Amino acid sequence: MADIPLSPAARTADPAEGYLELVRTRRLWNGVGVLLFAIFMVSAFLTANGRNAGGFWNGLPNVFDFPADVVSEAWDKAALLPGLLWQFLPSLIETVNIAAAATLIGALVGAVLALLVTRGLAPAPRAVGVIRRLLDILRAVPDVVIALVLIFVIGGGPVPAMIAIALHTVGAMGKLFSEVAENASLGPVEGLRSVGATWSQRMILGVIPQVAPNWVSYGLLRFEINIRASAILGFVGAGGIGYDLRNAMSWGPGRFDEAAAIFLLLFATIVTVDQIGGAIRQRLTRGAAL
Amino acid sequence: MTDAALAPARDPAAETLRRFARLRLWIFGIPALILAYLVYVFFAFEGPRLIAEADGENGRILLADMVSYKVHVTRDHRDGSVEIAMEGERKGRYPEGEAPDWVSLSPGETVVQLRDGHVVTLIGEAETRFEVPGYGTITAIASRSGGVETTYPEGPLPDWINASGNRVSITTDAGRLIITRSATTVMRYFPGWELFFFTLDSPYQGLGPGELLSRAAGGEAAAIWQGFWRNDMWRHREVAWAIFETILMAFIGTFGAALIALVTAFFAARTFTRFALVRQVFRRLHDFLRGVDGLIWTVVLSRAYGPGPLTGALAMMLTEIGTFGKLFSETLENVDQKQIEGVRSTGAGALTRARFGVIPQVMPVFLSQILYSFESNTRSATVIGAITGGGIGLLLTQAIITQKDWEEVTYYIILTVLMVFAMDALSGWARRKLIKGS
Repeated sequence: MADIPLSPAARTADPAEGYLELVRTRRLWNGVGVLLFAIFMVSAFLTANGRNAGGFWNGLPNVFDFPADVVSEAWDKAALLPGLLWQFLPSLIETVNIAAAATLIGALVGAVLALLVTRGLAPAPRAVGVIRRLLDILRAVPDVVIALVLIFVIGGGPVPAMIAIALHTVGAMGKLFSEVAENASLGPVEGLRSVGATWSQRMILGVIPQVAPNWVSYGLLRFEINIRASAILGFVGAGGIGYDLRNAMSWGPGRFDEAAAIFLLLFATIVTVDQIGGAIRQRLTRGAAL
Repeated sequence: MTDAALAPARDPAAETLRRFARLRLWIFGIPALILAYLVYVFFAFEGPRLIAEADGENGRILLADMVSYKVHVTRDHRDGSVEIAMEGERKGRYPEGEAPDWVSLSPGETVVQLRDGHVVTLIGEAETRFEVPGYGTITAIASRSGGVETTYPEGPLPDWINASGNRVSITTDAGRLIITRSATTVMRYFPGWELFFFTLDSPYQGLGPGELLSRAAGGEAAAIWQGFWRNDMWRHREVAWAIFETILMAFIGTFGAALIALVTAFFAARTFTRFALVRQVFRRLHDFLRGVDGLIWTVVLSRAYGPGPLTGALAMMLTEIGTFGKLFSETLENVDQKQIEGVRSTGAGALTRARFGVIPQVMPVFLSQILYSFESNTRSATVIGAITGGGIGLLLTQAIITQKDWEEVTYYIILTVLMVFAMDALSGWARRKLIKGS
């Protein structure tokens, strides 16, 4: 009974030998994995390099040319900089407004959809699968696609960007919010049900107070992401500071002071929102009152 | 004395009520604030103007075009020559003298039968007659000097006719007629995507799947595949390359950044770098890379490298180094020190300690984060591609900007969504495998 062979390693007289053999096989497999990854990485890089207009090694010395041009021009015209910052402030506000409105609308719609697909809370369990697929699709379509199509349908400006980002936000928030709500205690919901509360009353009074801190935290994180998205969509033609950046870039050398002002505004905004958002999120998740 | 000590204590009932009042203020205040903000945004974004100017015309064109295609019959006013082409594209042109059965070609007169009794007759070099049942006959004569002179039936001009001195556009359910100084174009719509598999010059155009299969079995499989793969109108080969390029960008951007951040994160983690100065330098570097948005990196790098997938990949890499650097260094600060002590007790140096004491602890967490980013970066690569000019993003923006081939846009959107789904499934599968510990 004692000598049932468990594995080839167990049969060898010396247990250390078996262990070392195990280690060798694992190392071999790890080595093969790393090698494969390295081959993948190098060939991917070479392919991308080959299909690019300028090669990596040729372009490398030029990487700092443009930043240097921008900095030197901005330095030469430093006196104009405050004026430029002031000039682009409205566009910056538009970019932030696009992100904020999209986050708010997306989070509100996402919250309702999240409650509709959460196990144990869903009022119509049959609809869960359909709504989940809808959320998946909303998340999968890149916002630039929706924005460009909407620019064609309703014309340029901030609204297409806002709708595009809001739709993506609905998908992302719906999924995250529902994951949070899944962990909510059902006690309050049961209690409210026993006194005859409707579904919306149960959600507003029983679930929302439990999940609000986490939801707000996720919402803030999404706001940070959406500001970046809103700047990028502007570059594709949807208004805001991204649009100004594209114009400033297309004028070429001589007007790079404008690009510098926009870079500064964008950088400052992103860092500020990240910092404030991070601080609030930390307070929320640690349970401190707002 | 006891009375005096108790005196400051407020009435508990009143206190509770006060707290309720404050709570109520919050509960009604926050929705009111949100509403006020949305109203402000509505006016800041010129909502009233948008609603006033809203017209579904473009939307209708888009929806119709997504699921249908049109065949253009174009007459050149210089010599009266008539050309019939799918979507008006050179690659979809019918050979000289050939026409579908709803167009009859005869010298000096071309009759185009649209649906429901609508008939357009192109007479001579520049004369056009359009019979619209229920409305009447429209006649137009175009000339280089005089523009387009049109006569309509009696009564006010209906809103589906859009006329100016140089251009007349008539849109009916049966088809469209556009007359300019230089050419007349009649468009008839058909459901479906035209020539999706084979172009008109391919011998396999118009064959059913059964016929194709039997021919493929007869040894023509390679030729059939070539006919499909090199389809000039839908460019399946280029589209497949573009999808591949987008994934390539995401791959280099994500995994390249992860490799670099794996090193820099050690310098930014409190537990591994004792010198506060070094730590601060690396942390600020991560913050800077993250704070300068991907958009700015893309713009800066495209000056040095020009358009292409490498530019996008490098831009994505820079931002991701910042993100991974922060995430990784936070993970590194939370590792279990005992395992490292164990390795140190054997006399191992810093590198060996990192390899055997730290990496095995953090690798599953890191890989999970990397795979998660990989999926979302596939989506970002589409957007960056639209800016730097690479991958499916470029094809999409090009197709959207031309504002006519909406069925191609639909095709690209479907492929993009499928690509994101596939990457999502792949990264989810790999993460589950990882957590189980393969």
